Amino acid sequence: MTAGRRRGTGPGTPLLVVPPAVIGVLLLAVPTAAILIRTPWSRLGAIYQHRGVWTALRVSLESSLDATALSVLLGVPLAWTLARLRLPGLGMVRALVTVPLVLPPVIGGVALFAAIGRNGIAGRPIHAVLGSDLPFTFPAIVLAQTFVAMPFLVITVEGAFRIADRGVEEAAATLGASRSRIFVRVTLPLVAPAILLGTILCWARALGEFGATLLVGGNAPGTTRTLPTLVLTVFNDNPADAPALGLPLIAVALVVLGTLRDSWLRPLASS
Amino acid sequence: MKRAVVTVAVMAALAACSSSGGGAKGSGKLSGSITVDAAASLTEAFTALKASFEKAYPGTTVTLNFGASSELATQIQQGKAADVFASASTKNMTQLGASAGAPVDFAKNRAEIAVPPANPGKIAAVADLAKPGLKVALCDPAVPCGVVARQVLANAKVSVTPAASLADVKSTLAAVESGEVDAGVVYVTDVRAAGNKVKGIEIPDAVNASTTYPIGTLKDAKNPSLARAWVDYVRSAVGQKVLQADGFALP
Repeated sequence: MTAGRRRGTGPGTPLLVVPPAVIGVLLLAVPTAAILIRTPWSRLGAIYQHRGVWTALRVSLESSLDATALSVLLGVPLAWTLARLRLPGLGMVRALVTVPLVLPPVIGGVALFAAIGRNGIAGRPIHAVLGSDLPFTFPAIVLAQTFVAMPFLVITVEGAFRIADRGVEEAAATLGASRSRIFVRVTLPLVAPAILLGTILCWARALGEFGATLLVGGNAPGTTRTLPTLVLTVFNDNPADAPALGLPLIAVALVVLGTLRDSWLRPLASS
Repeated sequence: MKRAVVTVAVMAALAACSSSGGGAKGSGKLSGSITVDAAASLTEAFTALKASFEKAYPGTTVTLNFGASSELATQIQQGKAADVFASASTKNMTQLGASAGAPVDFAKNRAEIAVPPANPGKIAAVADLAKPGLKVALCDPAVPCGVVARQVLANAKVSVTPAASLADVKSTLAAVESGEVDAGVVYVTDVRAAGNKVKGIEIPDAVNASTTYPIGTLKDAKNPSLARAWVDYVRSAVGQKVLQADGFALP
């Protein structure tokens, strides 16, 4: 580990990079530190109680985990399709699937209204099946978070499917295993680390989702008010209370980084 | 036509500035620009007043910025540059304390139920908002229209769990306009401004609630004289006529 660092030093540090690097660190670290400094620690319990933080955290966890489950269920097969099938127009499909990655999430919210809203293009069939409309309901925020977060999983897993060793799959085929059995017993275990990484990235994105969730969810306490949308409400009412709400999300970010360190950051750092 | 007149006036003002070597300061003539932060419910009235104000004081520019009063007050407290603040409640003006100089009340607004034109929820009175399966949008309790809406519901002894709790009155109106909710509680002025895009269900005076709008120049105003002129204009006969035409009442 230390050997790697020494090797990376090379002919010495060019002074040119130091000031921007220091400013860069400050730019990223100071706001996070400021949250911790400005959190009214003595009133933390009262704020969490009074502002409905626990309820919002529950809604956040439930919706983001649902969105992640949906993303894994649909996204892994989709990733395989994009990686392995050779069909005309598949490049177009890949572009469509990755659009939400670069789209501002609030536009995702507008798009969801146009698609699944009461007056959306699929609004009437949805009402016929469910007997109710989707916007401003819990399922709507799960859909919003899935729309924004699933692409992270798809592109992560797709790359793994591409580079997975096909020799093992072929060996399984010569031994008489069915295609579905090979997919479940051979291919999936090969890409398991990528699925884990993609799942964590997807979940982190879903948990932090704000724009689409706010728009199609309506920020109603107890059903569609997540921790990020609660932050907006609290900040508008009393900004001094808002930093306290960042703590659970910072804690999640640290846990995610801790998990990723082994599976992702280290290979990148050593390459 | 109106635009052409304004353009000519602006060009004349610019020419005057450049020939005199800059600045009409000290002459007592109003010039320059101001930023007015105003409650979302003032959108139509202030937009109309901006046009006539700029015509009355050639060479001046008024930049309007609308939002939830609570949000605007917070932004001003956090150092956002603005010259005038017009709030939909006394609470959010008081929140600014000494940074708002001597605010005065200039209008009053009452609540009204807005429903999509076809009235899919068949709403006729406040009590109907509690019907099961109905989707109702309210403003968040932190913003003035949310306070007024909850006061109305309390007066009518009706319990409503909102499907959406939105950031300002125009968002609540938009949820109704889009047809995604069956009803929303907004201001009388919003129903009027929306024209035939929504249908208004009047709330009887016995259960209705109102909110008072204060306006004040800000201590950190970059153009205090023009800011003062805007406040005076809003409170003038012209200003009050425009506000009343939009459905506002006198304070």
